[in-house]
Parts: sequence; structure tokens; C-alpha cells
Amino acid sequence: MNIDLTGDELAFRDEVRAFFQNELPPQVMEKIQRGLRISRDDQIAYQQALHAKGWAGANWPVEYGGTGWSATQKYIFNNEAATAQAPRIIPFGLTMVAPVIYTFGNEEQKQRFLPDILASKVWWCQGYSEPNAGSDLAGLKTRAVRDGDHYIVNGTKTWTTLGHYADWIFCLVRTSDTGKKQEGISFLLIDMNSPGVSVTPIITLDGRREVNEVNFEDVRVPVENLVGEEGKGWTYAKVLLTHERTNIAGVASSKQRLKRLREMLSEPPLGMPNLIDNSVFMARVMETEIELKALEFTELRVLSAVSTGKAPGPESSILKIKGTEVQQMIDELYLEASGHYALPFVPEQYEEEGDGIVIEPHFAPNTAPHYYNNRKVTIFGGTNEIQKNIIAKAVLEL
Amino acid sequence: MDFALNDIQQMLQDSAAKFIQNDYDFETRRRLTESELGYSEENWKLFAELGWLALPFDEAYGGLGGSLTDLIVLQTELGRGLVVEPYFSTVVLGGNLIQRHGSESQQSELLERLIAGELKLAFAQAEPQCHSSITDIETSAERSEEGYHITGHKAVVLGAPSADLLVVAARTSGNRGDQNGLSLFLVDPAQPGVTMQAYPTNDGFRGAEIRFDSVKATLLGEVDSAYDAIQATLNDAIVALSAEAVGVMEKLLNATVEFCKVRKQFGQPIGKFQVLQHRMADMFMECEQTRSMLYFGAITVAGGGEEASHAASMLKVKVGSAGRLVGQQAVQLHGGMGVSDELDVGHFFKRITMINTLLGSRDEHLQRLIRNAQAA
Repeated sequence: MNIDLTGDELAFRDEVRAFFQNELPPQVMEKIQRGLRISRDDQIAYQQALHAKGWAGANWPVEYGGTGWSATQKYIFNNEAATAQAPRIIPFGLTMVAPVIYTFGNEEQKQRFLPDILASKVWWCQGYSEPNAGSDLAGLKTRAVRDGDHYIVNGTKTWTTLGHYADWIFCLVRTSDTGKKQEGISFLLIDMNSPGVSVTPIITLDGRREVNEVNFEDVRVPVENLVGEEGKGWTYAKVLLTHERTNIAGVASSKQRLKRLREMLSEPPLGMPNLIDNSVFMARVMETEIELKALEFTELRVLSAVSTGKAPGPESSILKIKGTEVQQMIDELYLEASGHYALPFVPEQYEEEGDGIVIEPHFAPNTAPHYYNNRKVTIFGGTNEIQKNIIAKAVLEL
Repeated sequence: MDFALNDIQQMLQDSAAKFIQNDYDFETRRRLTESELGYSEENWKLFAELGWLALPFDEAYGGLGGSLTDLIVLQTELGRGLVVEPYFSTVVLGGNLIQRHGSESQQSELLERLIAGELKLAFAQAEPQCHSSITDIETSAERSEEGYHITGHKAVVLGAPSADLLVVAARTSGNRGDQNGLSLFLVDPAQPGVTMQAYPTNDGFRGAEIRFDSVKATLLGEVDSAYDAIQATLNDAIVALSAEAVGVMEKLLNATVEFCKVRKQFGQPIGKFQVLQHRMADMFMECEQTRSMLYFGAITVAGGGEEASHAASMLKVKVGSAGRLVGQQAVQLHGGMGVSDELDVGHFFKRITMINTLLGSRDEHLQRLIRNAQAA
């Protein structure tokens, strides 16, 4: 039993570390250092810098321009990215729709879509959830009816993250009402500029527009945008879900956040309460650290299995639940650490052009909005309750 | 990076699992705990034959030179069987202390006998006032022309009633709380001046209160300098005990899941009820997280240094919290049967509960971690 990296892996780690220290686009680097919000353009610049390095398709097979990285290399990359506080990679194109296209798409679709995804030239969003299909996703009602060379799409998708930035959306749509409800679902790619597509903002508890409702009214979608076979969309989406998703637990970024908190506890910035002598608070810090350490080793166990060619064991099923629980525990610690400076609502202080009130400690006014917003993580990607249903059924065989 | 079992570990796991399946069913174990001795001498001989008593000791003394990660594989299986033979007190505590702190001749003589199954040990460390503190020792050893004599009260000494030799921590200089001035002694418990009040423990083991009244003792290793050896041994012991805890918890989870599949109420197996499914999913997650923490603890404690004690405390906190949840919910989901003496589940619950009180409880270790953070 060991957690040592090999010589090659250590060299790779150094290379990745150097990239994050020296090769990030300057405007991204500056915003990270000043604790400012990353814009759409910054995001694209960051992902294009990764692409220039050949590192955009971390999960992709080499034949489509991917890195061909081992599970351990992906782990190292995620760790270094989190330590450098780099932006997360927006997953919808690079890690969600691309695997479906290169696994189930036809040759023409691969050539048409994959290069632009890899180069972050096209922004994708996800059209799965609907107002009446959340946890019971297979109950979705957005309908695609065949009309000659087109599908006519009608319906509503919701919780569409960054849909207002997107050029394309990949959707699960209903193409049939007969048989099992899962068997009537197809996987369709839709140009967001098509007539009949409208995007309405949904404002979340942090006062920001992150998610949207997307409406389709008689939208004409060419049949060549159907991926794979009609009626197989559910299967493709499930393959995607069980497709190896590294970093689902967010261990590296949670570690980074806890580390920064511990540093501030030792030397509190002006305005932050002295909490290190508060044993009630410190007990929560320690228990969070312990849970996170356990989770880190759970992730390493999964990694060890995958990298020796075995299927991940049942421990992999807990990554999402425990990972998001730990994230929210940390959110609460930060809220406490902000003291009364959690109260001011001054989002403009995290904008580059912000010229309003500046509150110190700088991190404090963002903790409450982040805490509110981040209640989402135990809800999205299959609620943690759904995850427990899966453990009960698939692991415990109840 | 690798968490797979190596060949030796696989062999250990197989032989221990086979022993428990063939020779250590729950009723057999119950008879042993109710016997006068409290365990089986035959089993002890078998442990020697299987090499389990030799596992962590240097090859120079006839040991197998096994690592801490080898030891946790065996300990997990012993946990699954609720094994009550004094392996922990003899091998994990006593033998480890001799290997760490004994002189060359003490190591070779005593470890050889231990490995052959001819020497059982107990570590008399804790005192009524000190619980899990290493340095809060009042028991003292006086040196005279005839050697050392020990006087003091040692509390809850596990394995003492069956021990051939006691390893006793005593103060040879300094004051309560000092790291310097702690020494280890070998004491024959059969000699005059040793008063032993033996009792069974709640979880099927045997322990004793021991009073020494100017009792002849042999110094183990060097005088005044036993602190490091004691601390390192207790860190190893936390890892080993936590491994046993993982075995106990996984057994509790499995028993509960199987019970809920067959127990029917309202016309269906109770395992079909979502509220119970989620409870068992929680138990499952705690088992896995504790196993992960165990691996972290084993690797870090084996690495030594300051990190070792920190990691041992983190591990003990996790075992305490997770063990409580898994134990209590296993009893809850078994309904009335969970609190009956007849069923094995209650006995696994007893053991996991007592494990929290050993070597410092969850709350004690949590406080240690907090104090260290505050002092940093």
C-alpha cells in the first residue's frame, strides 16, 4: 500500500505546476491574485491556453486530440489546478457532450463538432432538467417531432447553467410515447441561434444570473443533429454519467479552501474574528479536515483501482455525496469566519470595473452569497438523496 | 499509487478469514468469553503456527518483519470475528514496546518466546487519574542495590489476568506530566506485592486493576527515556485498533443489510423502505470513509515524525464518530433483536462502543487536535 508517485508522474506534476505558475493568460492570473470574478472571455482564454498546451481534452482519447492521460495524471492535473486557484473547466462541452459525440456520433458529427469543442470556440450548455422532470428525469416532456429532414422541438428546459453564454445546447428530447418512458428519449444537438429558442434568466440566491430557463417553440432542428439512434438518448446519457468523471468530489479545491482558512485563523486579517481560541468552531474545522482527508483517500482508492485496470469499487459511489457535503461544511466555516462582514451585499467589489464600496476582509462579503448559491451542489448532478437510492440499489442490493 | 493487497497480505487475510469461518463462530466465541480463562490456549498455539504472533517483529528474532499495513489486514479480520484472544495486549502493545525499547538481549529472548506462543504480555500504562495521557504517571520506581522496585496503581490493564509478564510504565525521575523520566519495566505478576483485581470487560475481554507495593521490577531498555517508544507504540496501536474497528463496522453493516432483506413487516422486506435504505447508505459511507482514514493513518503513522501522532488522532476521531453511527443504527434497524444478548449484532455493537474508550476517545483526540492547532 503506497501513495507515492512514480518518477514520471513527479515530472508531470512539475510540468503542470510550472504551467499554472507561468503560462496562464495574464488577465486570468491577475484576477485570481486579486480575488476577482472570472468573466466569459477570461474563461475562454483560460481554456484556450490549456488547448494550446494540448491539455484541453483531459478525458479524450488521443485520436480526437485528447491527452490520453492516465487516471493518476488527471488527478495530478486537478490537484495542481486547484492549488493554483485556476478557474474550473466549464464541463458541458469538453467533458459532457464531447464523450457522447466521439462515442456515439457519426463521422460527420465528430468532424463538425469536436475540434471547436476542444479549442473552446463554441460554448455548450446542457438541456436535461425540465420544470416537471428533475430527479425523475425520464419523465421529461420536451418533444421532438419528425417533419421531413427536421425535428420540430417544443418544450422547456431549466436550470441551464450559463445558457446565456451558450452557442449550442445538447438536449434529451422525447421522440416517442410508446414503451418504457426511457426508450422514447433521444439525444439532440440544437443551435441556440435557431428561431424559436429563447433564454430567460433565473436569479439564484446570490443575486446572480447563473442558470436559465430555455424555451423551444417550434424550433426546426436538422435530423443530422441527432446523435446515434432515435430512442437511445437515455442510454447515452447514462453512459455519460458513469463515464469516468474525475474531480467529482472536488477534493483538491476543498483542500485549498481549508488550507487558506487555516492560514487566516492563525493570522486573522483585519475585521475577521479571532476564532482559533474558539474550541467549538475549531472542532468543526477539525472534523471537516478529517472528513476531507478520508475522502481524499477514498478518491485515491478509486484511482488506484482504475489505474490498475480494475473497475472502481463500491467506494466510488460515495464521492459525490461526501464531496458535496464537505464543500458545504467548508462554506459554513467561511460564513462563521466572516463574522458580521458576512452581511454587506457588495458583489461589485469582485468585478474588475467595480468602483463602489470595498469591504475588508476581502473574502468576507462573498461568503454568504457563495454559501446560498452552493446549496446547489447537493441538489444538482442527481440529488444526494437520489445518490443514496443508487447506493441502496446498486451496492447494498436492497 | 497502489492500495491492492500484496501476496503476504492476501495470505494473511485468507488464513484469518478461514480461521474465523471454521473455528470461531459466534457461539464458540461466546463459550470462550464465558470460560474461566476467557479465551482459548489452543487458538493461541494456532496463532503462533500461522505466524500471526511473529507478524510485526524483526526477522532477526524470528519475526516476519511485517509492516503496519500488513498488521491492519489481520486486525480487520480479527475484528470481523470479535476475536478475544489477547493479541492486542501481547503483540500490538507489549511486543511492540519490547521491540522498540528493549535491550538487544531482552529483544531476542522475549520476542522469541512471544513468537513461539510461550509468552503473553500486558501493558500497564494508564492510571486512575490519567486516562489516555502518556505522561501523567504517578507510579514510581525506586532504585536500590537490589535493583528497581515499583509502587503504584495501574488502571484497566487489558489482558493482565492471562499475562506472564507485565510491561509497566513508571516514573524514574521528573514530575507528573514530564516526558523525561519515564521508564518501562518488566514485572512478574505472580510475585508478592502485586494485587490484581481481575474483571471481564463489557465487550468480552479481560482486564484488571493492579496495585504494586514495592514490587521487584526489571528495567526494559534505557532508563528515563521511554516516552518516544510509548508514544510510537500507542500510535501503532491506534492504527491496529482502528483496523479492528473497520472489521467490526463492516460486519455490522453486512448483518444489518442482510437482516433488512429478510425481515418482513407491512407485507414486505423492511429493506424496501426508503428511510431505512438511506440509513444503510449512510452506514455504508461511514464504513468506506473509515477504511480510507485507516489507510491514511497506517501510511502516515508508519512514516513516523510529528505527523504520526496527528494522523493517529485524526483516525481515532473518525473511528469514534463513524463507529457510533454504524453501531447504533445497526441495533436500531434490527429492532428488538438488536438489544437481545442472543444475536451477535449486539456484541459487535458492544465492541465498537468500547473501542472508542480505548487509547483516547473521539472527544479526547479531537481536543488534542484543537490544542495543537492553537499552539501552532
